[in-house]
Amino acid sequence: MKETRLGDFEETLLLLVGILDKEAYAFKIAEEFESQTNRAVSIGAVHSTLNRLTEKGFLESEMGESTAERGGRRKRIYTITASGQTTLQEARDFKIALWNQFPAFAGSKLNFNV
Amino acid sequence: MKNTKNHISPPRLAEKLLNWFIKDELAEEVLGDLDEKFYSTLKQHSARKAKRNYWFQVINYMRPFAFKFFKNKNSFNNNAMIKHNFKVSFRQLIKNKGYSFINIFGLAMGIVVAMLIGLWVQDELNYNKYHKNYQQIVQVLRAEDNGEGGISVSNSLTTGMGTLIKESFPDQIESLFMVRSRTQAPVIGNGELKFRQIGVFLQPEGPEALSLEMIYGTTQGLKEKRSILLSESLSAKLFDNENPVGKNVQINSSADLLVGGVYKDLPKNSKFSNATFFSRLSLLLGETPEAFNVWNNYNIDVYIQLANNVDQDHLSALIAEKVKSHYDDWAKESGQTLFLHPMKDWHLRSEWEDGKQVLSSEMKFVRLYGAIGIFVLLLACINFMNLSTARSEKRAKEVGIRKTLGSMRKQLISQFYIESLLYTLAAFLISLLLLKALLPWFNETAGKAIVAPWNIAEFWLFGVAFIIFTALVAGSYPAAYLSSFKPLKALKGGLKFGKSASIPRKVLVVFQFTISIALIIGTITVNNQIQAAKDRPIGYSPKGMITLAPASPNFRNQKELLKKEILNTGMAEAVGFSDYSVTSTFGWNHGFSWEGMDPNYDKSFNTITISNGYADAVDMEFIAGRDFDPNLETDKNAIIINESALKEMNLDNPIGTIVRYNPGWREAKNYTIIGVVKDMIKGSPFQQTDQSVMFLDQEQDYMSYMFIRLNPNVSASQSLPAIEKVYNEILPEAPFDYHFADDDYNRKFEAELRIGSLASFFTLLAILISCLGLFGLSAFVAEQRTKEIGIRKVLGASVINLWKLLSKDFTLLVIISCFVAIPISYNVLQGWLDGYEVKTQLYWWVFAIAGAGAILVTIVTVSFQAIKAAIANPVKSLRSE
Repeated sequence: MKETRLGDFEETLLLLVGILDKEAYAFKIAEEFESQTNRAVSIGAVHSTLNRLTEKGFLESEMGESTAERGGRRKRIYTITASGQTTLQEARDFKIALWNQFPAFAGSKLNFNV
Repeated sequence: MKNTKNHISPPRLAEKLLNWFIKDELAEEVLGDLDEKFYSTLKQHSARKAKRNYWFQVINYMRPFAFKFFKNKNSFNNNAMIKHNFKVSFRQLIKNKGYSFINIFGLAMGIVVAMLIGLWVQDELNYNKYHKNYQQIVQVLRAEDNGEGGISVSNSLTTGMGTLIKESFPDQIESLFMVRSRTQAPVIGNGELKFRQIGVFLQPEGPEALSLEMIYGTTQGLKEKRSILLSESLSAKLFDNENPVGKNVQINSSADLLVGGVYKDLPKNSKFSNATFFSRLSLLLGETPEAFNVWNNYNIDVYIQLANNVDQDHLSALIAEKVKSHYDDWAKESGQTLFLHPMKDWHLRSEWEDGKQVLSSEMKFVRLYGAIGIFVLLLACINFMNLSTARSEKRAKEVGIRKTLGSMRKQLISQFYIESLLYTLAAFLISLLLLKALLPWFNETAGKAIVAPWNIAEFWLFGVAFIIFTALVAGSYPAAYLSSFKPLKALKGGLKFGKSASIPRKVLVVFQFTISIALIIGTITVNNQIQAAKDRPIGYSPKGMITLAPASPNFRNQKELLKKEILNTGMAEAVGFSDYSVTSTFGWNHGFSWEGMDPNYDKSFNTITISNGYADAVDMEFIAGRDFDPNLETDKNAIIINESALKEMNLDNPIGTIVRYNPGWREAKNYTIIGVVKDMIKGSPFQQTDQSVMFLDQEQDYMSYMFIRLNPNVSASQSLPAIEKVYNEILPEAPFDYHFADDDYNRKFEAELRIGSLASFFTLLAILISCLGLFGLSAFVAEQRTKEIGIRKVLGASVINLWKLLSKDFTLLVIISCFVAIPISYNVLQGWLDGYEVKTQLYWWVFAIAGAGAILVTIVTVSFQAIKAAIANPVKSLRSE
């Protein structure tokens, strides 16, 4: 059985795939990651993780259209699968559950239970 | 600025690198992404930065998931696939039990023959390697004119030579030891326990140079004047398992020898393995320095352990030069010269013809058996491939279905390879069992002491290499060819294998039967050769005669009494004595001359001394003249010659001819020929008999052999105890260890019988393997033609017709094999027989029998399948589809 736990980087990428929607391919995801987090990342690292997420069944991919700046090459567009979505939600719920158990925050105005 | 930037493209080298390592299916998207990244970087930064970034990105793609060298192990479930491969292979094996048995068993037999021969060859090549100074030890040999215009090489030298060499080259020689040339077999005793034992008499440096492994004592145990080193087995016989060092043993019931040590028995493939003890040479020659400075008696072998880094050839020349200056007239005249013969050549390169080294018969056998081994293995492999290939054609449909169901070619290939691997592995395992079972028998037949190679790494390495090789070769046809089928064609059954597919198979059948037929011819000829030698008139009667070797110094004084008393028992017809055994050709002397002799004639004669009664005891046959007469004083100056000597001397009227005998070591004397006897085969029965002269025993100083012709009217179980009783009364110190002369005589055939039985074994296996292959092939052919046979039957073909149809092809192939095999085997055997003086002919019937036998076996084998196919009900074969 494949491991289905999500790492932090994996979770971020999964979310980014969701945000970028039709534009979710390795280069764009890497760009988005850098602009959102201000952390540098190589396309290879992103691609490798996307690949792993696909193996885990959280992502699907198919070849998209090509553009001129790619030298006429097609891109691989990633989409989240149902199981990917469930896992994301579970990860979020789990963290909120933890936050809510933390007394310093639990009683405050912060309410993560959206 | 912008313009220039438009012309900048990503660094070529980095792109190339990426293309080299990245998986093909990822190349497009990755290159696209990196291009996009590059141009977007270029917009904001310098070209250099963009290029640097491109490199950075490429290097960051060096991850396992992107490498093309890393198989994507998750693309399909590999474990299950391999399990499936094995399962299918195993089911195939079970489904075709007959084929599988033939296939696996045939290969196993081939492997076991190859293993046995391999071990045998290995043993031959490792002769004398037991001795640690293997590389340094050499023997000094001599070459000289043999009196017939050729050069003969021999091993015996004089003690003077040994001493001189030792003293002259102290720097080059680590140690030198002399050994009595002739095998000695004295009686060694400890109190009541007495055994006749073969032993080596050498100088005390010998055991150290030969690196004997001592159990008790040290290799210095021969320093004491009267001392002996016992082998482990002799020590166990004499002293049980006690430590015998410091105790005494008696040699020939006379002298006491101090046991200086016990050594581990030498392995059978050592030159000295016959020896059960080592004792001092000076016991035979005397302790005086003069005894080691004799120049006219060639009675010792000289061995040298060279110092390190000594040039052998150079030393060889130096020694020859040094010794030459000390030669007596005879040695000078014969052009004698010495040379060194290294230990590594002792066993396999030790034959000379006219002074030049020639291929030894041992080496010939190593090559011959090696070739047979390779051929038998090849036969078995060919069979294996043939059958695998033939059977795989039946599986074209399976390949078609597998392909339609989405099997990749790679998977089909691995399926076929795994199958052939499984078969080979099974054959190898069976061959290991066979090896274990056959090795004791093989050792006995081949006269070896080979141990199973279970803990030798090379053996297993070799085995694994063989398995992989055979599996690959046998599996390559189905793997490469069948997997390439277009599924549609294969399923429709339109697949034609055609004639071209069967031609290699036919060639292989011819090849197999050529080898089998040649082996049959060879085996029959070897047995013919043995028979030819056995059929020769022996010249005396070994049957009903016993021989006793000298065992006690008292024997000389008591022998007349012994003879009288034994004859008095009535259990013996005649008793005689001689200085040499009747089965040896020892005792050679030159210096004979007679009237009418060619003045250049200088051949040696085999000379023995015989007593009155010897002629009757061994039952010599007189052609002319008479035996020595005890009542005639003049017979002291008489001689008896044999037929060969008569021919050599070229006398018309031999009886009464005066022969002058001047051996050099005693004064010349004239003898009269009083009798001529038929040649006695004393040496090898495969050689011509030697010219020999017999003198009458004059109460000389010799220890002598006794020959007793048993009374033919009394059974041996009765006569022997009676004679033993008399013997033990007169010579209580000597064991009554008699030999039947016919046993001794038969032992002369051992080497040839060994070749004969090994050749028979290999031939039998080769035939069996060929037949198994043929059996499988004919079954395959019959099966392929089932429909054809059915239709023919329906149309009225008789069983005989069909049988002919199916057998014809194979019989033709075997007939072709006959024509190939006969000339080859004729040439090889002619060469083999040329090495013998007494030889059989290559009778035409041998070839006829071999050919007819092969054809008969073929017809029987093929008929089994052919008839089975021919009598089958045609309805059955036609109905199915």
